Amino acid sequence: MAADTPELAAFRDEAAGWLAANFPASLKNRGHIMLNLNVETDEPDFVQWKQRMGEKGWGTPTWPRQYGGGGLSRDEARVLQQEMAKAGAWSPIGGMGVMMFGPTLLEYGSEEQKKRFAPGIVNGTTRWCQGFSEPGAGSDLASLATRCEDKGDHWLVNGSKIWTSGAQYADWIFCLVRTDTTRKHEGISFLLFDMKSPGVEVRPIKLISGNSPFCETFFTDVKVPKDQLMGPLNGGWTIAKRLLQFERQGLSGANGGPAGGTGGGTNRGPSDLVALARKYVGQDKDGRVADPALRQKLIDNAIRQKAFGLTLQRAAAEAKGGGGPSSATSVMKNAGAELGQERAELTLEIMGNQGLGWEGDGFDDLELGAVRGWLGGKAFTIYGGSSEIQNNIIAKRMLGMLDHQ
Amino acid sequence: MAALTEEQTLLRDSARAWVKDKSPVSALRKLRDAGTPLGYDAARWKEMAEMGWPGIIVPEAHGGSEFGYLSLGLVLEEMGRTLAASPLVSSSLGAATALMLGGNAAQKEKYLAPIAAGELVGTLAIDEGPHHAPERIAMKAKKTDAGYTLSGAKTLVAEGMAAGLFVVAARTSGRAGSTDGVSLFLVPADARGVKRAALQTMDSRGHAQVTFKAVKLGADALLGGEGQGWQVLEPTLDRTRAGLAAEMLGMAAAAFEQTVEYLKVRTQFGQLLSTFQALQHRAAKMFTELELTRSAVEAALQAIDTGANDIRELASLAKVRASETLHLVSNEMVQMHGGIGMTDAHDAGLYLKRARVVEAAYGNAAYHKERFARLNGI
Repeated sequence: MAADTPELAAFRDEAAGWLAANFPASLKNRGHIMLNLNVETDEPDFVQWKQRMGEKGWGTPTWPRQYGGGGLSRDEARVLQQEMAKAGAWSPIGGMGVMMFGPTLLEYGSEEQKKRFAPGIVNGTTRWCQGFSEPGAGSDLASLATRCEDKGDHWLVNGSKIWTSGAQYADWIFCLVRTDTTRKHEGISFLLFDMKSPGVEVRPIKLISGNSPFCETFFTDVKVPKDQLMGPLNGGWTIAKRLLQFERQGLSGANGGPAGGTGGGTNRGPSDLVALARKYVGQDKDGRVADPALRQKLIDNAIRQKAFGLTLQRAAAEAKGGGGPSSATSVMKNAGAELGQERAELTLEIMGNQGLGWEGDGFDDLELGAVRGWLGGKAFTIYGGSSEIQNNIIAKRMLGMLDHQ
Repeated sequence: MAALTEEQTLLRDSARAWVKDKSPVSALRKLRDAGTPLGYDAARWKEMAEMGWPGIIVPEAHGGSEFGYLSLGLVLEEMGRTLAASPLVSSSLGAATALMLGGNAAQKEKYLAPIAAGELVGTLAIDEGPHHAPERIAMKAKKTDAGYTLSGAKTLVAEGMAAGLFVVAARTSGRAGSTDGVSLFLVPADARGVKRAALQTMDSRGHAQVTFKAVKLGADALLGGEGQGWQVLEPTLDRTRAGLAAEMLGMAAAAFEQTVEYLKVRTQFGQLLSTFQALQHRAAKMFTELELTRSAVEAALQAIDTGANDIRELASLAKVRASETLHLVSNEMVQMHGGIGMTDAHDAGLYLKRARVVEAAYGNAAYHKERFARLNGI
C-alpha cells in the first residue's frame, strides 16, 4: 500500500479517533450477523451507533454534505474503510437505498427530491425496495407492463412486480412503470412511492433455500403524488440502466463489502476453503489436501478468486478519476457470481455427507448454513440481470453493437 | 438405449406409467411437507412390492424374478424421473446383492425372500465420516466366544429409519486403509445396542445415523468370510453404484426435459427462449452429456448381468458420468428457469437437492475418478 499523503495521514488519525470514541466495543466484528437480521435489532449500542454514523454521514461517505453524506473523497473513504476494518467496526447504514437508489438519486433526482429522500438513506431510517422485474418481464425488463396513468393531480399505478427484495420490510419503493404503451424503452418512467399507500400488497415468495428474501408486490389503483416522478416522463429507462450499473457493482463486491471475499451476493460461507478441506478430507503426508481431484478444484478456485480480487482493485484504481461504475460492471457481476457459486459448491463437496443436511441434529450450524447459502446463492447468476443478460451486454460492447440494456 | 427384451420393455413401460400416475414429483413434496422420518410412502412401497420390483434381481428360488440388474436399472431410471422415494436402491439392490454374493444358504433363506417381497427393508451401513471411504473402515468387530461384538457408528445410512436389517461393514483385523480385515455383518435393527437417529437431509429422504453400542452377534451374523468382507463389499457397492447411476440418469433426463419444455413456452424480448442460440447450445451440450451417461450406465448394468470382468471400471465410469451430468443439468435447470426456478413452489429445487445427495452417495465423482485412474494405471 502506498504511503499516505500528509492530508490523508491526518484524516486517518481523525477517523481512528472518531471510531475509538463512537464505535461501541460490544458491536465489534458483529456486523455480519447483525446486518443479516430481517428485523433490525434494538440493542441500545446498535441504535446509538447507527444514530452517530447517520449524523456523521459515514455510512454514505462519498455523498455530498449538503444531502447529509460524509463529503469524503474516494481516498478518504478508502482510509475510513481501512480504519473501520482495523477496529472491527462496520457500517450500520446499508441496503438498497445506499447501494442502488441513493447514487442514482444524486445523479438524476431534482434538488427538491435529493433534499427530501437522501437524509432518510444517510441515517438509515428509510428502507427502499426495488420494483423492477415483473412476471412477464425478467431478463427482458423493458417489456414491463405496470401501468402508470396521469390523472391530473396524481399518478395512478396498477400492476405487479416480482422478486422485490425485502418488500415486506421496505418503507418506500423505486419503481419502473409504463407511462406510454406505444413505445418500449421510451415508454418507461421512474416513480417513487410509499409502500404504505393504499392499494399496495406484498406477498413473500418462499425460495428453495427455505427463506423468503423476495416478494410479489401488487398495485391496485395506487395514487402517487405528481412530484414523485424522478427524471423526465418516459425517461425512466436511462435512469434504470444507471441504477443497474450500481446494482451490479454492489453485487460484484466492488464496493469492498463482505461480498468481495466470497465472490458476490450474501453467501455466508466459510472463508478458508483449504482449511475446511483439511478438516473434512484430511491431508497427505506432504500436507496437501488428500483428495487430488478436489485439490485441483481448490487450486483453480483460489487462482480465479485472486484474479478477481485484483480486477476489483484495478477497476477501483481506474475509476479513481470519478465517473462511477462502467460497463465493466457486467464482467465483475458475472465473475463474482460464478465464483460465489463455485465456492458454495466446493464447500458442499468438501463437507461431503455433512454437507447434505437441511435441519436438525447430526449437522452443525456451519454445515447447515453452507447448504442454505449454496441454495440461496443460486440466485447470484439470476438476479440483478442474469448471467445471460450480462453476457449480452459484454458481447454487444465488445462487438461495437448498439445496446438497450 | 440398450436392446431390451420384450419383458424388459414391458417392465420399463409399466414402471413409467405407474410412477407418472402414483408417484409424481408432487408425492415427494407431500412427503417432505408431512415430515415423515420413513422418507417414503409405505402404501406405495406395498404397491411396488405387489408388482414384484423389490425382487427383480433376486433368484427365483428365493422369491424373486431373477430379472437382472439392467431390468432393475430400468425401473430405477423411471423412479429417478419423478424423484420417487422408495427403498429400491438400499434394500432391493444393495442389501439383496450383499446377501446374494456373500450369504450362506441359511442367510439367503432367512432374508432374501422377505426382501424380495418388500416385507423387510435392508440397507448397507458403510460410511463413517464425511466421505465415502470403504477402504478406511475403522469400526471394530471384536471376536467373542459366541460370535462378535460390534461397536461404533455409521452415518448417512439410506432408509436407516425404515430398515429392519443392516449390512454393516466393520473391521475384525487390519488397519484402516487396508481392505484385508474388513468383515460384513447382518445386524437386525432391533438387536440390543442398536440405536438410530433420523438425519434430516436436504432431499427429504429417510437417512439415519446408526450407532452400535456393544452389539452382541452370533457367529451366524457374519456375511462372507471373516476378514474377507471386501470380496463381497466391493462388488456389492459397484452394483449399487450402477443402479443408483440409473436413478440419477432418470433424474437428469427428466430435469433436462422439463427445462427444454420451459424454453419452448417462455417468451422474452418478443421471442421464445428456445430460439436463442446461446441457450440452444447449452441444451445441446446437456443432451450430449446425457447420451454419454446413458451409455456408461447401461454398459455397467449389462456387465453385471453378463458377469464381465470390467464391472469395477464400468461402475466407477457410470457413477462419475451420472454425477457430473446430474450436477450440470440440475444447476442449469435452476439457471435456465430463472427466478421461477429459485422458488420452493417449482420442482427445480427438489431435483437440485436430491442431486447433491446421490452425487455423494457411494462415492462422489472425485472418488470414482481416482478409482478409475487406479484401475487403468493412469
